[in-house]
Amino acid sequence: MMYSYVSSMLGTTLTDLSIGEAAKTAVFGYMVDFGGIVILMIVLFCTGAFFKSRDAKANARKKEEAQKSAPVAAPTAPVAEAKLAPGSAGHVKLNNVSDKDAAMIMAIVADKMQTPLNELHFISIREVK
Amino acid sequence: MDIIQTLKDLWFDSGFANFASIDGLKNLIMIVVSCGLLYLGIVKKFEPLLLVGIAFGCLLVNVSNFFLDGASSSEALYHPELWDAFLDHDGEFYHSYGHVMANGGILDILYIGVKSGLYPSLIFLGVGAMTDFGPLIANPKSLLLGAAAQLGVFLAFFGGICLGFTGEEAASIGIIGGADGPTAIFLTTRLAPHLLGPIAIAAYSYMALIPMIQPPLMKLLTTKKEREVKMEQNRQVSKTEKIIFPIVVAMFVILLLPSTAPLVGCLMLGNLWRECGVTERLSDTVQNALMNIVTVFLGISVGATTVASRFLSFETLKIVALGLTAFCFSTIGGLLVGKLMYVLTGGKVNPLIGSAGVSAVPMAARVSQIEGQKANPKNFLLMHAMGPNVAGVIGSAIAAGFLLAVFG
Repeated sequence: MMYSYVSSMLGTTLTDLSIGEAAKTAVFGYMVDFGGIVILMIVLFCTGAFFKSRDAKANARKKEEAQKSAPVAAPTAPVAEAKLAPGSAGHVKLNNVSDKDAAMIMAIVADKMQTPLNELHFISIREVK
Repeated sequence: MDIIQTLKDLWFDSGFANFASIDGLKNLIMIVVSCGLLYLGIVKKFEPLLLVGIAFGCLLVNVSNFFLDGASSSEALYHPELWDAFLDHDGEFYHSYGHVMANGGILDILYIGVKSGLYPSLIFLGVGAMTDFGPLIANPKSLLLGAAAQLGVFLAFFGGICLGFTGEEAASIGIIGGADGPTAIFLTTRLAPHLLGPIAIAAYSYMALIPMIQPPLMKLLTTKKEREVKMEQNRQVSKTEKIIFPIVVAMFVILLLPSTAPLVGCLMLGNLWRECGVTERLSDTVQNALMNIVTVFLGISVGATTVASRFLSFETLKIVALGLTAFCFSTIGGLLVGKLMYVLTGGKVNPLIGSAGVSAVPMAARVSQIEGQKANPKNFLLMHAMGPNVAGVIGSAIAAGFLLAVFG
């Protein structure tokens, strides 16, 4: 089907292309490649947006439930949220460790645990002497 | 027993006697070429898993295949004339695997897996099981870099036509720019099987040479300020998204270009096995055992197509030159769109990740990481470059699907 469509578009036998026809086929092919990828990208954006909003709703619901179930005790100082690590979000706290060493440690941990780096949360890395 | 006559017969039966003829001399040249490829694979570690097999297949076929009046010798491991008969529309043995099985050597039988497109598809099954599409799902914009890096495919296709190749041949040569060995083999066996040897060798050699081909172009096309850009971390991708991704991509891409079904279908099935969490045994098998078995068969049977009388031609040189052009322009295409994204995002995207759009997973992403770190030691581009890198696999499969739909 595609053959006949492109054939009719180019008006030629495709195996025996002139330079002009080859240029048309190349440009058209690049456009098809780009077009397909752009549509796929839109689909991924939509699914991503759906999951982000679903996660946000789930988080909000969890927070609400936690607030409801928490005892009405004396207000305490807000606990700082654990920071997420590079690879997912947020920043890892480094104590006496260079960026390069930290990256190596994270890579080694990911490798040992057989878990992709972007699924791990590193909160802090501290040098132990 | 006439000892002298027996010795003479043994000599004329041996391959050494054939080196005196023109065809035999060509075989000798290919034996030297295969030794060169073995050196590159073993000593220089250029894609050794495939190149060593291809080189040894090349060696085997050229020490065993001496042409006698247009037909290969009966002891030959690979018989190109059987495959000519297989492709002859008007012949008695058109598309007859039985004829090949009955009359072929061991490499002819192994080559059936290449010819039927089985090996490249199985390799894609393993690649899918080994690939984490998380960075791509987290940043779908990186798909654009994977598409942009197919520029070389279409420019080399155009170049091929200019150099006198037919449409099918030019399409097969162009796909070298996709930097994806299985895709190149898959497309070539369907469109121009007689060019499989040079195209496969060019594709795998250039993939191995990516750390040498890409950095000069990356430096040429980007400023130091652009290379220093530190990118923000991607969002976290949920398990459900990772499971849905292969299903959505398979449905969408195959519906768009049905000819991509064997490659994209296997790639996404492998990935689904990896991500769904209930088929760990299957995922492990396709990543390791199956992948290794197919690599063994694929390497040696692709090497078998490098029969001297067909490989040593001016066309091979043109293919090697066009393949290099394709690789360079694919890198340039990715970098240029990377630069465009740098401008459009106000400097948030490091254009170096664009060059990773030439699939070659994960070599091209590693090159982006190394070059980024050279410009700014605090730069960690690897995860960002993996997005365009795996997008390149999908992009090259779509490019192959288009060319197959047009010329197949």
